[in-house]
Amino acid sequence: MLAARDLSTAYGGLIALTQATIEVERGEIVCVAGANGAGKSTLLKTIAGMERPCSGVVEFLGERIDGLAPHLVTKRGIAYVPENRRLFSRLSVDDNLRLGSYLFRGRSDRDAPREMAIRLFPRLGERLLQRAETLSGGEQQMLAISRALMTRPKLLMLDEPSQGIMPKLVDEIFDAVSEIRASGTTVLIVEQRLTECLEIADRAYVLQTGRVVMSGTAAEIRDNAGVRKAYLGL
Amino acid sequence: MTAQAVAQSLVSGLLMGLIYALVAAGLALVFGLMNVVNFAHGEFLMTAMYAAFGLFVAVSLDPLLAAPFVAAAMFIFGSVVYLGVVRFAMSASANAGMVQIFATFGLGVVMRGLAQLLFTPNYRSIPHSWLGGRTMQIAGVYLPAPQLAGACVSLATFGALWLIINRTDFGRALEATREDSGAVALVGIDRKRIFALGWGLGAALVGLAGAVLAIFFYIYPDVGASFSLIAYVTVALGGFGSVFGAFAAGILVGLVEAGSALVLPASLKYVGVYALYLLVVLVRPRGLFGSL
Repeated sequence: MLAARDLSTAYGGLIALTQATIEVERGEIVCVAGANGAGKSTLLKTIAGMERPCSGVVEFLGERIDGLAPHLVTKRGIAYVPENRRLFSRLSVDDNLRLGSYLFRGRSDRDAPREMAIRLFPRLGERLLQRAETLSGGEQQMLAISRALMTRPKLLMLDEPSQGIMPKLVDEIFDAVSEIRASGTTVLIVEQRLTECLEIADRAYVLQTGRVVMSGTAAEIRDNAGVRKAYLGL
Repeated sequence: MTAQAVAQSLVSGLLMGLIYALVAAGLALVFGLMNVVNFAHGEFLMTAMYAAFGLFVAVSLDPLLAAPFVAAAMFIFGSVVYLGVVRFAMSASANAGMVQIFATFGLGVVMRGLAQLLFTPNYRSIPHSWLGGRTMQIAGVYLPAPQLAGACVSLATFGALWLIINRTDFGRALEATREDSGAVALVGIDRKRIFALGWGLGAALVGLAGAVLAIFFYIYPDVGASFSLIAYVTVALGGFGSVFGAFAAGILVGLVEAGSALVLPASLKYVGVYALYLLVVLVRPRGLFGSL
């Protein structure tokens, strides 16, 4: 479904991603792990069109999408939830959701994902009229994921959804990610909390200083001695 | 000073204030949306006034009826200015802020020059409009019909703006772009499209103001200067980029101006307005209704 080949991205001369190659098949949950500064976020930003790669190719559903403007990447069916969420914090929860379905005019295209979002995260349904900035960190993450779902994506990309969130809500969010996949949306997720992430993921890649150093099924990565030592503290 | 005179001056100030608010609305909208100050705003107003004048001369359309057509034409003009000038100024690789200032300032100079070339510097006016010269009298207070109509147009326009911003997809997209123009792509919105539509809407608003002002104000190439100065004060007072702050600030400016005229010689009527502006800048630099 998604293939990034030999992708390199630099910020003002500083190389953040070096010839990274990853693939995501339809229906999978793929986890990208790695320490801070390993290039995980850069990988997602580049796929989302927020950064331009200096070399390499991104293909989605058989078509090249590298170099497309970010709003066109969204239109193609990739929803991206960035690390800092970038909610419209002065607008209400409801307005944030409605903005998610900006691309759709039909009622069913708007109502179906909305019902799903509220089923996944009932506390959003209770807070529809609150400003987004008044939500807790976990609720904001839920809203960011819901806003992304409103665009009816084929692929959902999450950058560190557990960051700055209390543990109980982290579980809720990972459960929701499983359900989202079960409903037919493919998921590419970047995480530092590897244990939880590998529980729901099918496959994983490990990035180190901008390079893919390891890839395999979730079980292979979990059992790898180097990974256990470096990321799982075992 | 009689109670009659005070009431008269309050009412006149309120009517003019509503018109000032309408003149400033587009400036506030564009500034709020993308942090660009349109230094050609006064020339946009001038263009709209000439457009109303032209429609009157060519097809004897009363400026009040011409207002929607002027607004529609100005919408297109505003979008074209964004797409043809501002868009490129914003992507300047160095010092984009200064480039934007000089781009819109230069555009204003060009527009004024073109107006002098095409229409001569002569003062024009629309001689026989429906409302021109008419007044109404309520309880001894005179209401000039053109100003009254302008105030009503302003109220209706701000009401419509409120509905657009709060009840439509486009309005939500405007608000979202205003808050974080980099994030709207996450929901598939092309911010450049919103910018172009925002410029169009801003220009359409000043188009309405121009058509109304054409009823009772002289039309000449420099006419925008005095109004745009008041518009900048209004936008700063209201809180930069807040459309409804500009609404309240416009009314305040009108009232202060009328109040100053009551106690000061007529030639000093703007002193109160600028004194208020200085005071607000010193005490509350974000404007009366601005948020940081």
